[in-house]
Amino acid sequence: MMLTVKNLYCERDERVLFQNLDFSVAEGEVWQIQGSNGSGKTTLLRILCGLNDEFTGEIYWQGKEQSKTRQEFNHEVFYLGHAPAINKTLSPKENLSWFCASRGLRNNDQIKKVLNSFNLYGYEDLPCYLMSAGQQRRVSLARMLLSQAKLWIIDEPFTALDKQGVQELEALLSAHALAGGSIILTTHHSLQMDYSIRVVDLDAMAGLVAA
Amino acid sequence: MNIVKATLRRELLIAFRSPGDIINPLMFFVIAVSLFPLGVGADQEFLREIAAGVIWVTALLAVMLSMDSLFRSDYEDGSLEQLLLSPQPLYFIILAKVCSHWLVSGLPLVILAPVFASMLALPEQGLFPLVASLLIGTPILTLLGAVGMALTVGLSRSGLLLAVLILPLYVPVLVFGTGVVDSALNSLGTAGLLALLGAMLILAISLAPLAIIAALRISVS
Amino acid sequence: MWQWLYKLTSPKWFYTISGQLMPWLVGLTTFLLGVGLIWGLAFTPPDYQMGENYRIAYIHVPAASIAMGCYYMMAIMAAAFLIWRIKMADMVAKACAPVGMTFTALALFTGSVWGIPTWGTWWIWDARLTSTLIMMFLFIGVMALRSAYDSETAGGKACAVLSLVGVVNVPIIKYSVEWWNTLHQGASSLSLSNTAANPPEIWMPAFFVGFGLFGFYLIAIILRTRNEILIRERKAEWVGEVLSATLLVNQGEV
Repeated sequence: MMLTVKNLYCERDERVLFQNLDFSVAEGEVWQIQGSNGSGKTTLLRILCGLNDEFTGEIYWQGKEQSKTRQEFNHEVFYLGHAPAINKTLSPKENLSWFCASRGLRNNDQIKKVLNSFNLYGYEDLPCYLMSAGQQRRVSLARMLLSQAKLWIIDEPFTALDKQGVQELEALLSAHALAGGSIILTTHHSLQMDYSIRVVDLDAMAGLVAA
Repeated sequence: MNIVKATLRRELLIAFRSPGDIINPLMFFVIAVSLFPLGVGADQEFLREIAAGVIWVTALLAVMLSMDSLFRSDYEDGSLEQLLLSPQPLYFIILAKVCSHWLVSGLPLVILAPVFASMLALPEQGLFPLVASLLIGTPILTLLGAVGMALTVGLSRSGLLLAVLILPLYVPVLVFGTGVVDSALNSLGTAGLLALLGAMLILAISLAPLAIIAALRISVS
Repeated sequence: MWQWLYKLTSPKWFYTISGQLMPWLVGLTTFLLGVGLIWGLAFTPPDYQMGENYRIAYIHVPAASIAMGCYYMMAIMAAAFLIWRIKMADMVAKACAPVGMTFTALALFTGSVWGIPTWGTWWIWDARLTSTLIMMFLFIGVMALRSAYDSETAGGKACAVLSLVGVVNVPIIKYSVEWWNTLHQGASSLSLSNTAANPPEIWMPAFFVGFGLFGFYLIAIILRTRNEILIRERKAEWVGEVLSATLLVNQGEV
């Protein structure tokens, strides 16, 4: 098991977002977190990657408590939230090269290759504010490939992508899972992947705060 | 330390591509200093007495006003989340960020200070101590300001709140910074006071990044 | 020992025990303040230098030291909240800021009242007054930060970080202000607390007033904390029981 969640409980504004939440993510599995707006999908993803610590329950990473294996965890998990994490005054290359350094990777020659595979050939050195929202999204997604992480935790990755981009991203997700990687994602888009997808439904977990 | 180099590079690139962030605090410093003679009169004798204090207080406010560009854009575009999830040592990433911010906002003040100190009739023997005290003192201001900024970056309209949080903490730096110049003008030794400022800088370098990291985690969650 | 500490972190336990302690604390505080103030204001001889004016020091000196102690207490609570995530600690820390600010304000006000006859002006940049003033700014900063946050926990944590940063700075600020005061030899820095030179009939009442004010400080902190407990635990069953019991008593009186 890569990631195991035991008895997770989280409340916000006197509302229980989820309780007694248990699931385990194994190698090669794709998990989709479902739920209506405000059901806590983003909160759950942020808890899983360690940005939010307002919860009770246990999270294990490869059998060890997540909080005790932080560095290893950060190394092997990639998180992408709503915000693109792209500085608009920097070019895609500059953005990605800092990202690689922040993960302790030295793959500068790979950046160009990955950008090409995301249809960003010729845009490498253009400041990001000159690019469309969809193109910025692609720069942001390019990090998934560069990160060399085993587990991808991605929040609404399909936002702002065109039809072709959606297909490519779906192919990319399948390829990652086939290669033994795992994915936890949220999306409002109905996934068209030839891959079995497991589901956590947060709407079934909600409730009022008990005493 | 690849990440320190990469962070310095990134921050300096961003700063030079949005020059307003560098120039505006500097212009604030220049204009505010020029206002003093207009407010208190051009009497050389009096200006000489307040010169060091005016330069120091204005530099302190300029540093504080420049803090906004340190974490604001990273918070808004989500880079801060990526930074906090980095497997590299956060302490050094933060230190590199603060350091590059000081290079573009604090260092220019230090370089410009002697010019404006002379305009305020500060005697020559006070110029070098002023520059030395600013050189050691402004990084402390930047580090403390970064703590305040990290605490308030998640709040809307945090500008004045930052001032309320941070200015009281600036008191010792102001006191000893102007003290260095006063001692020099009274032909007393300045080495002891500069060493004291140096000790405060070391304390700030070792502790402030920890507070900044804790504060950023709160702001991001 | 640990059991006892663990209990202290339970809001319900704190609420119950503090409720039982309160009458005793109020009684003791009234006694100490009453004896100290009447003794100090009416029955001690006037000072040979300052005449009757020195009597304000009976309040000024303890208020200033309690304010300082309050900041340290807030910082300790902040550390307990950040390290062990004890929610009770945050509630106490939240109570500390306004109480501490009030005590600094009291110290400043009594300092001013004392300054008019002594220095001929209500404000003077004396080292003690100046560092008390900055102390007040620190408390105001913590309160401003807390009120700027919407989320109770995030605000509490942010204030905890700020209090800890502040507590490292408090001694440095104090030292720097004292140094600054000697550098700029301004007005006389008459000390209010050179009790050693004073006879016992002058400092004995100070002892009573000092502990009385400390009792008052504890009462203020405890009452604010109890309020905070009720607000934050309003969903808990025991709070409902406490509140309905109080309501019944009130209705019975009507």
